[in-house]
Amino acid sequence: MMKRDDCLKVLAGEIAEDQIVVAAYTTAFDWLGIRPSPLNFISSGAMGLTGPHGLGFALAWPDRRIIVLDGDGSLLMSLGSLVTIAEAAPKNLIHCVCENGTYEANGGHPIPAQDRVDFAGMAKAAGYAQTHTFSELDDFRTGIGSVLQEEGPVFVDLKFVPGESYPKDYGLMHGPKIREEFREALRGLGLRQ
Amino acid sequence: MNDATELIAPVDAKLHGAKIIAAIKQAGIGTVVTVPDRTTAAGLLRPIAADQELRHVRVSEEDETIAICAALSYADQRALALFQYTGLLDSINAVRGVAVEYEMPICMMVGLLSKEPGVGPTASKHYGLRIIEPILDVMGVDHMLIESDDDIPKIVPAIDKAYETSRPVVMLIGRMPIAP
Repeated sequence: MMKRDDCLKVLAGEIAEDQIVVAAYTTAFDWLGIRPSPLNFISSGAMGLTGPHGLGFALAWPDRRIIVLDGDGSLLMSLGSLVTIAEAAPKNLIHCVCENGTYEANGGHPIPAQDRVDFAGMAKAAGYAQTHTFSELDDFRTGIGSVLQEEGPVFVDLKFVPGESYPKDYGLMHGPKIREEFREALRGLGLRQ
Repeated sequence: MNDATELIAPVDAKLHGAKIIAAIKQAGIGTVVTVPDRTTAAGLLRPIAADQELRHVRVSEEDETIAICAALSYADQRALALFQYTGLLDSINAVRGVAVEYEMPICMMVGLLSKEPGVGPTASKHYGLRIIEPILDVMGVDHMLIESDDDIPKIVPAIDKAYETSRPVVMLIGRMPIAP
């Protein structure tokens, strides 16, 4: 089983400097440490909205690829959003679920059906155009480049265990600064006034 | 509701869906994100779904509308969430976190299913309807009642204010709009 930070480092090496990435909770903290960028949008405020945030961005900028790093606990709180995204069918959306099998930010308690749930299977049944599952780092390193080029909506189940821990700055996550920096970065790209 | 309940609009007042949709467009709304609601299903949702000038996004649960509208606002794209008051109650945490605490311009149009025509929501005989406005007041969310055509002029300024101040607003649809 790959480690989260190793997996995210591989992903960070595959994306462009101006890539918008939507990330949630524990994965977001690691992602901010591994790929610091004002174009990281942290989906917080209420669990379960990472996919819908990503869908909104994908609809807003259909010519830009949007990568979502959802949490498994977060996705479970809005499983219907898989159907919503499949219905909207954004070709530019890559929806990854970071599956560690636990509510890591809330004490590490297991998600329901931790050892049985098949997120990629659910996404496929919902109507995603492509689905993938990776649990080994070598496979992910070999496969992610082509996955990122696929026509979406693409769903990627990343099964991993926690690796190196990065600072968890909840003040940053919930404060206005990170969202204002995101807006400013969008202005710099000409994506908003 | 009892016999002494004061009416806020005539029982037989008209509320035209076409006029509401015209106001939505006039306010610059380009996307409507919806969960069906019996109050607005015929008069608003069906014509919106068929309107080529509006992008319509069907979602599975109401709190998804909050995130989608928020994301679109980062692109300077105005959006409207349309759902039933029960969905508003179900989405309170998303409204609290994303719309209020993160100060996002989330515009919600909320059907008040089974509200008695002409009666204010807090005077309704239905508990679920009576609590809506007090909840929004406690949350500090601007709201207004669209009970008849006379209230439709409130829509454009309300949406403009939401985007100018980056704050949420709830427009309560008090009776079934007449289908175009």
